[in-house]
Amino acid sequence: MELLYNIFVGPFAEMARAPDLLVQTLWEGLVSGVLYALIALGFVLIFKASGVFNFAQGIMVVFAGLTLVGLYEAGVPAFLALLITIGVMFALAVCIERAVLRPLVNQPDIILFMATFGLTYFLIGFGELVFGGNPKVMIADELYLPKGAVDLPMFGGLVSLQKIDIAAAVIASAMVAGLAVFFQKTRIGRALRAVADSHKAALSVGISLNQIWVIVWFTAGIVALATGIMWGARSDVSFALQIIALKALPVLILGGFTSVPGAIVGGLIIGIGEKLGEFYFAPAILGSALGRGVESWLAYFIALAFLLFRPQGLFGEKIIERI
Amino acid sequence: MRAPGSNAGVAAGDVLLAVENVSLRFGGVKAITDVSFDIRKGEIRAIIGPNGAGKTSMLNVINGFYHPQEGRITFKGRTRSRMRPYVAASQGIARTFQNVALFKGMTTLDNIMAGRTLKMKRGFFWQMLRHGPALAEEIEHRRQVEEIIDFLEIEHIRKVPVGRLPYGLQKRVELGRALAMEPELLLLDEPMAGMNLEEKEDMCRFILDVNNQFGTTIALIEHDMGVVMDLSDRVVVLEYGRKIADGVPDEVKRDQKVIDAYLGVAH
Ligand SMILES: Nc1ncnc2c1ncn2[C@@H]1O[C@H](COP(=O)(O)OP(=O)(O)OP(=O)(O)O)[C@@H](O)[C@H]1O
Ligand SMILES: [Mg+2]
Repeated sequence: MELLYNIFVGPFAEMARAPDLLVQTLWEGLVSGVLYALIALGFVLIFKASGVFNFAQGIMVVFAGLTLVGLYEAGVPAFLALLITIGVMFALAVCIERAVLRPLVNQPDIILFMATFGLTYFLIGFGELVFGGNPKVMIADELYLPKGAVDLPMFGGLVSLQKIDIAAAVIASAMVAGLAVFFQKTRIGRALRAVADSHKAALSVGISLNQIWVIVWFTAGIVALATGIMWGARSDVSFALQIIALKALPVLILGGFTSVPGAIVGGLIIGIGEKLGEFYFAPAILGSALGRGVESWLAYFIALAFLLFRPQGLFGEKIIERI
Repeated sequence: MRAPGSNAGVAAGDVLLAVENVSLRFGGVKAITDVSFDIRKGEIRAIIGPNGAGKTSMLNVINGFYHPQEGRITFKGRTRSRMRPYVAASQGIARTFQNVALFKGMTTLDNIMAGRTLKMKRGFFWQMLRHGPALAEEIEHRRQVEEIIDFLEIEHIRKVPVGRLPYGLQKRVELGRALAMEPELLLLDEPMAGMNLEEKEDMCRFILDVNNQFGTTIALIEHDMGVVMDLSDRVVVLEYGRKIADGVPDEVKRDQKVIDAYLGVAH
């Protein structure tokens, strides 16, 4: 009885008691949600086009961030360093296509998946060799990212928005929207969707798989760079950052591995759900001591609970097996 | 039989595609052994043979999906030992597949639009802005795609995701996508398989119209002998990866080896 109260009444009473705190929580959830969506989008793009679950997405975030900061520390002006980093991500995409995808074309998916493990460890080793293993500070100021906070009076309290969070939300939303338009409206977008549906049909109309793969991995690289900058500015740039890729997994479970809208909505649900759970539900149910550690698994819990009711995921069509 | 003289150009004997001494193996399996034949400009060329004879493999060699161990392919005067799918497509070879290969999540319109990939020139940046020349280009391509849709009588399904269409219509959309490439050589792998009589008749009519109106050269794999005799100018017969006959339908029909192959006489 008390448990039911703690789940269904307590947290909501708490929310109603301090609406300013609720808005604050929702805002923080929204910001991480948008960033999760961005990371998940990197996965979705690659999965759609090459059928590969890219284990290396997380390390690509770190690698992009390290390259940017490393170049700056070596004396390159910030914006030039940004341009060069974009170039490096392009070169990386070309190398991956040549050295990994092309030789392994038509191999079973599991082999490609293993190859992205190899890629991960290569990037870790290479990154440590070139940039060293120590955490670096993101050059947020040099890139003119705002800092400080704005305080909005609301419901008799103050809601405090970090400016870097606002910037992150705006930039990530713009990127997500740009990618959506790119893939819906352009020839390359159509080609990408075509490749996702059938490799041989795509080849037969003259779509070059190699070109599409480079574009997709480059796009994923850009997404990784943006994520690296935003996330790096909130903490720092280190190899530990690669675990944020694990945050994308529940988003993908929820939204489906092939759905762009799924990644976006899934990201928001996980982001907001996580924060609400962390502040309201977990302490009420588990007690404040246990509730603290909830962050690492709550996202998975939300995704799995959701799947119980909608096994096809957010935007999947109802699965009807043809017999 | 088609009306005599329906393909005046054929007599002139312009060879569009020549396959010479092609052999293709998969490990120990000999899919094609030392096969040569040619396809002349403007003709409908049937490729027939029992199951597993190597017909589909031959189309795959022609459009670059398979690379033969031996032999040469000459298309429009250029000889290659192997094709690449991208080259084949950009040189004017389009095809359909034995088990329809469509972009299932995309609409009929988008599927056929995808057939125009190689014809689009404007950079994607302009396309994203949907502005100026890119927009004009998109509209022009749309117009041509609409013409194909009219031609194939599939207006009613243009916005339907093709995964939901019945099989017969999927085959028609697939033909539409190939036509959108404005091919010089169209490869059709069993375009009428699994269709009912009415659908077959429609498909026959489309194939003849494509050949007559657009002058497209067609290579056709088909199991229905009636259809083959009606449509084709010349027939090549494969069995166990070897060519056993080659000629006009009447000749081939009377060829003892062909009769044996189809009746399954022991070798
Ligand atoms: N990718 C492949 N790997 C291995 N063997 C193959 C492959 N493709 C074709 N084969 C083999 O080559 C032979 C010829 O096959 P092919 O599909 O060309 O025959 P077909 O004449 O099209 O037959 P059907 O009328 O059944 O379509 C068969 O023995 C087949 O098993
Ligand atoms: Mg076949």
